[in-house]
Amino acid sequence: MSKSRIMAFTWATMKNLFSKPVTKNYPAQPIQYPEGARGHIEIDIDECISCGLCERNCPPGALKVEKPPKGTWSINRFDCIACGYCVSNCPKSCLHMVTGYQEPMDEKFDYSETRPHMGEEWVKAQAEKVAKAKAIAAQKAAEKAATETK
Amino acid sequence: MAKRSVVPFGPQHPVLPEPIHLDLVLEDETVVDVVPSIGFIHRGLEGLVSKKDYKEYLYIAERTCGICSFGHGNGYSLAIEKVMGVEVPDRAKYLRVVWAEMNRIHSHLLWAGLMADAFGFENLFYQCWRIREKILDMVELTTGGRLINSVDTIGGVLRDINEDQAKLILNNIRDIETELKAIRDTFLEDYSVQTRTRGVGVLTKQQAHDLGCCGPLARASGINYDMRVLGYDAYGMLDFEPIIGTDGDNYSRCKCRLDEAFQSIDLIRQALTKMPAGEIAVPVKGNPDGESFIRIEQPRGEAVYHVEASGDKFLDRFRVRTPTFANLAGMCETMKGAQYADIPLLVVTIDPCISCTER
Amino acid sequence: MADEKNILTVIDKEQLLESVMVMKTRGLRLSQACASYKDGKYNLSYSFAEDDNYRYETLRVVIDKDDMIPSISGFYPYADFYENEMKELFGVRIQMIKNDYHNKLYRIAVETPFLPKDEKEED
Repeated sequence: MSKSRIMAFTWATMKNLFSKPVTKNYPAQPIQYPEGARGHIEIDIDECISCGLCERNCPPGALKVEKPPKGTWSINRFDCIACGYCVSNCPKSCLHMVTGYQEPMDEKFDYSETRPHMGEEWVKAQAEKVAKAKAIAAQKAAEKAATETK
Repeated sequence: MAKRSVVPFGPQHPVLPEPIHLDLVLEDETVVDVVPSIGFIHRGLEGLVSKKDYKEYLYIAERTCGICSFGHGNGYSLAIEKVMGVEVPDRAKYLRVVWAEMNRIHSHLLWAGLMADAFGFENLFYQCWRIREKILDMVELTTGGRLINSVDTIGGVLRDINEDQAKLILNNIRDIETELKAIRDTFLEDYSVQTRTRGVGVLTKQQAHDLGCCGPLARASGINYDMRVLGYDAYGMLDFEPIIGTDGDNYSRCKCRLDEAFQSIDLIRQALTKMPAGEIAVPVKGNPDGESFIRIEQPRGEAVYHVEASGDKFLDRFRVRTPTFANLAGMCETMKGAQYADIPLLVVTIDPCISCTER
Repeated sequence: MADEKNILTVIDKEQLLESVMVMKTRGLRLSQACASYKDGKYNLSYSFAEDDNYRYETLRVVIDKDDMIPSISGFYPYADFYENEMKELFGVRIQMIKNDYHNKLYRIAVETPFLPKDEKEED
């Protein structure tokens, strides 16, 4: 049927004796990912419209979107499984899959970005503006009432 | 009469990284009876259909197993597409074939390495996995991930293979074919490997049929069937024959799987040269309503996918019957009458994937 | 999907053993058996595959929550895995299984986890 011989593996033994190792010396030699490899998600925050579609469709629930006036987008990169479902669902195509994964650390944290012209300071500035306008309107109404009664 | 003793094997054992427990009834050094016991890694993935809608569930279905991951995503998409009546474009079908066959080669090389390690030939294990790394590099280049691809979607695929990548793949698999020939010669002709594989763990054709075995385990015993002949994806347009063995022992199963790796290389060449131009996905709207049964050929055998839905965005039931679940009875039958030292070999010979079995 | 002949037949639970005996004499192989729970009834599916011409036939049995159903492991000895799983995850009452694991196949801490919470029995 088929032959049977001893020392059928000599080709590999000879090759191993006279060639360099196949393994790479990581971490001394840094890793090189091919161009399509998955890693982490990044956002182009100027285009975001805070619709929340990415948050609703994320399978592990790693994304959080706060609506205006806060306007933040945050991701827990330790929970992200790099499936790319948010990238294909975003109506403005502002999410991108970039190579390089989150390094291990002691504690988990959220990475967040805020939309321009929004955020805590913007909320405060808007509240001050509204309070000023109300105060001016109340003063004008008081003056008008005073002139009418005269 | 010889005295019988019961020896437990597992869940930590020297042959697989996955837990399986066997209670072996021994008479001196010969195994007389086997009682298997699974359930160490049950995650209850089928219960998540009530919490994630049917498009998100694809990402959970493909994480059922790490080795046969593309097959699970493919089978789930096919089942939902059959219920909703979606017609997938031709280019997507050919792309699915290319990735499924690369998955098959990497799975068979992984098995060959584990088999060599089970009878102590560690250097052959390293050589098999060295070739596997080249395949995984090509998979990472085209899909983005080495084992979990996330490249399938309902209605097609998400990424494309352009001209440069296709040329690179064709060049690489020519080199891989030469190296695989050397590995195959070592497995089938070396004297010390043959003493561990010839005549060990014999399963006759009648026994394999009575026990409901599937995949290379059944084909090595002479049963002629392969689910790819059904013609799902683009297999109906490609040219191949199922590979059948004759003896039903470990040697036949080795030969069957290594020959299937060569057949996969041929199928990848055919698919890449015949692939038509066109779009890669169609948009899908609405919710599934109905039920379907789909069978595909995973590297380990026949996998059955059953979907029941009733018009809601959550499915009613999703069921995967993986090939190892059906082959467990065959494994227990090969062990009866074997020597105690051959038990690790006989566990690996059915190519078990315990995380698929218990989902 | 091209030339697969997929047939689904709905039968009563009294006809189950007879239909399975017919399948066994025809030489078919049990491919899978599963259960699902809908609107207060269990839908059991037993699928048989014919290897020569790739036909696939499924028997569907609809039973109530408290019905007893006999096991088919007399005809197909390897069906006990599927039936133990149905019993443990869904609470289907199957009798006379050849190797009964008594709800310890998957070692789950909760009884019948796949039934909706309000339908579970109080122990």
